[in-house]
Amino acid sequence: MNTTQFDVIVIGGGPGGYVAAIRAGQLGLKVAVVEAAQLGGICLNWGCIPTKALLRASEINHLLHNLGEFGFAADNVRFDFARVVKRSRNVSAQLSAGVAHLLKKHKVTVINGFGKLAGMAGGQRKVSVSVDGKETVTLTAPNVIVATGARARVLPGLEPDGKLVWSYREAMVPKELPRSLLVIGSGAIGIEFASFYRNMGAEVTIVEVADRILPVEDAEISAFACKALEKQGMKILTGAKLGAIRKGDNSVTIDVTMGGKTRQVMVERVISAVGIVGNVENIGLEGTAIEVDRTHIRVDPYCRTGEKGVYAIGDIAGAPWLAHKASHEGVMVAEQIAGRTVHPINPLNIPGCTYCRPQVASVGMTEEKAKAAGHKLRVGRFPFIGNGKAIAMGEPEGMVKTIFDDATGELLGAHMIGPEVTEMIQGYVIARTGELTDAELKETIFPHPTISETMHEAVLAAYDGALHI
Amino acid sequence: MSINILMPALSPTMTEGKLARWVKAEGEAIAAGDVIAEIETDKATMEVEAVDEGVLGRILIPEGTEGIAVNTPIGILVAEGESVPDAPVPATPAAAPASVAPATASASAAPAPQAAPAAAPTAKGRRVFASPLARRIAAGKGIDLSTLKGSGPNGRIVRRDVEQAASAAPPTPKPAAAAPVAAPVTAGAGYERVPHSTMRKVIARRLTEAKTTVPHFYVEMDVQLDALLALRKQLNAASPAEGPDAYKISVNDMLVKAAALTLRRVPKVNVAYSDDATLVYDDVDISVAVSIPDGLITPIVRRADTKGLRQISNEVRDLATRARAGRLKPEEFQGGTFSISNMGMYGVKAFSAILNPPQAGILAIAAGERRPVVKGDEITIATVMTVTLSVDHRVVDGALAAEWVSAFRNVVENPMSLVV
Repeated sequence: MNTTQFDVIVIGGGPGGYVAAIRAGQLGLKVAVVEAAQLGGICLNWGCIPTKALLRASEINHLLHNLGEFGFAADNVRFDFARVVKRSRNVSAQLSAGVAHLLKKHKVTVINGFGKLAGMAGGQRKVSVSVDGKETVTLTAPNVIVATGARARVLPGLEPDGKLVWSYREAMVPKELPRSLLVIGSGAIGIEFASFYRNMGAEVTIVEVADRILPVEDAEISAFACKALEKQGMKILTGAKLGAIRKGDNSVTIDVTMGGKTRQVMVERVISAVGIVGNVENIGLEGTAIEVDRTHIRVDPYCRTGEKGVYAIGDIAGAPWLAHKASHEGVMVAEQIAGRTVHPINPLNIPGCTYCRPQVASVGMTEEKAKAAGHKLRVGRFPFIGNGKAIAMGEPEGMVKTIFDDATGELLGAHMIGPEVTEMIQGYVIARTGELTDAELKETIFPHPTISETMHEAVLAAYDGALHI
Repeated sequence: MSINILMPALSPTMTEGKLARWVKAEGEAIAAGDVIAEIETDKATMEVEAVDEGVLGRILIPEGTEGIAVNTPIGILVAEGESVPDAPVPATPAAAPASVAPATASASAAPAPQAAPAAAPTAKGRRVFASPLARRIAAGKGIDLSTLKGSGPNGRIVRRDVEQAASAAPPTPKPAAAAPVAAPVTAGAGYERVPHSTMRKVIARRLTEAKTTVPHFYVEMDVQLDALLALRKQLNAASPAEGPDAYKISVNDMLVKAAALTLRRVPKVNVAYSDDATLVYDDVDISVAVSIPDGLITPIVRRADTKGLRQISNEVRDLATRARAGRLKPEEFQGGTFSISNMGMYGVKAFSAILNPPQAGILAIAAGERRPVVKGDEITIATVMTVTLSVDHRVVDGALAAEWVSAFRNVVENPMSLVV
């Protein structure tokens, strides 16, 4: 049996690539995954998962310092920072091993090395694999899925140096807790690190070039988050531009200009979280019909590239840069290759989550976008302070906002901030995917007492009025 | 490689049809352009021509099957000598569906009774799988979900299907269709079961919908015909005895023209109701009801107000002849802005017609008969016919309907305007 001939070759073993491989394996295809680093990719090893482990630790720290509210007292609360970080790494290691097991179970061949498109041979796509720059093997298959992901964007002057200036990677494995920290960029990654370090006790300043934090979220949610984070002691500088950067022995001083005034911010460490760039280099795109647009591969709604039989999924295939989008695209492409009928992804049905405290989650259009799209809106809001379970839990900070199209009852968007909203947003995602209207959401019986009742109330509020406010 | 032969869409609004007949048999060689099957829609019987060549490998849908959704594989075309798969070839999203193309209308079966642009087949009482949002949007736009093909999971109708249908079809005043009702059968009564033709189903659905969802009212008036009959006699006397220029104008031809002129004088009846606006038609296109075996159809005299009587006469005769032969093209019976139904030849005294949506008016013409009429203080004899105008009250109110029938009487009783 030819060990280098496959039905599908997946370049990259992140949440897009390994899920595509599992699905293709389930559908009876012979699959290879080429991965240069660790199975599970950034998400599992350096992104979504280890940060959740860190954030969990920081929430516990916060709770331990606020026990009085629940009638407890504890003296001498302390933590071993190295062990906090170690636990996060163990979580990643456990899950990466789990991915290897899953791929084996679905008879997927995993090949370690750097995969690259290498032309055609006999009507088949060739993918060459190299380790340390030396080619080890060439694989062939009629179908190739490019899932090489992305990496942090680097601002000039703020190149990660492993000591004073960190990217997400260094920020995930700190040796010790810095006393003060500047987070540049207030997207999900920046805000999550800000939340972790602040709740562990560091002084945190956030700078954002846009006029509000979490700029892709609904403006009301951004404002709510901003207030909540400031209340926790963070300094938030929006509409801010970075100027000169001076590095000291154990400190960095940065000029920050806001509204024409320049101030100096001095911190021990800087985290740069200003977006990502796609890993499009050295993967054999040159000279092909595959189009690259600002470090991302251009694809059609079915993730097809300009080359027949070559697909691109996940971060490399453009926004939103989310693991669940990559995985879903992976499944869609695998099913497509297997001849199944598939449906393109509606970007408005992809939820976004930020795991700061309080959490932020949303799906669909913001109020601003819905208005711009020409809809006549019905907007409902409900605060967590009106929810029994939230008060009982001691987590009354948050709100839910729903946006409906007045003409059709379509749920155009849902925006949440508060405890566990990242676990709850799927309810609204199901509503959008199933094309439910206000009628079905109103008639749905939400269990009592749960914080999910806020979701129901926010729907009622958009129409006849919420019951508990 | 084998190719699925798919149920073709023979018109933009067709969603399903009946496979009337397989012209080719399994195993028979097919050249591109060969007629391979006949499909019966609500409007006509059409021939399906092969686009690719090969051998008809397998017939998946036997002839006589009704309600086959567009794009359902009906057969498999294979290459000469190739083995024949049992099941349709799975489609990929990129696969081009069409391996057959509709031929021009040929005809053996009867077209539909009327002319709505969004005419569609019946639901047959089967469950329609559609998302709540698709249902809501369809209700708002007056789209019958049973006429759509779903593109969602397991063929579910989703929002984009409705929006595509809405952008494909012109606005119609058609509200949501009522659920089909099973007709009760008297216990113990003997009967012969005559299956509905496609046309019969369309007549049932369209007229039920018109009568139950459009608020009709009726305005009746007696019209004296003597002047018109005298004019007709004069005109026909002027015709050459025979030859290509010979003509014989009927009373009906003159009433078509009279109705058209009346619509020009009272244009507010030449309209259609839609959800958010009244559509006032630019042209006056008169649909003329023609009885055909097992049904009726309404071929159209376009811009009848601008045409001479001889032209109208020739067109009506040609349309009626071809209608009875089932040879009308869809555009010859789809559309129209106002209808005329004439039962004068049967001697009926008066009747009221059901509207032909989205048109807002239909004129029912009864027999002209000699009746005593009062002129001044004298009773004299005149040829009188009773006409009944049915209108859609959503767009035509009582005074307007009355104005229209008066104007119509005026045109008929002073018929010189028909010829100048």
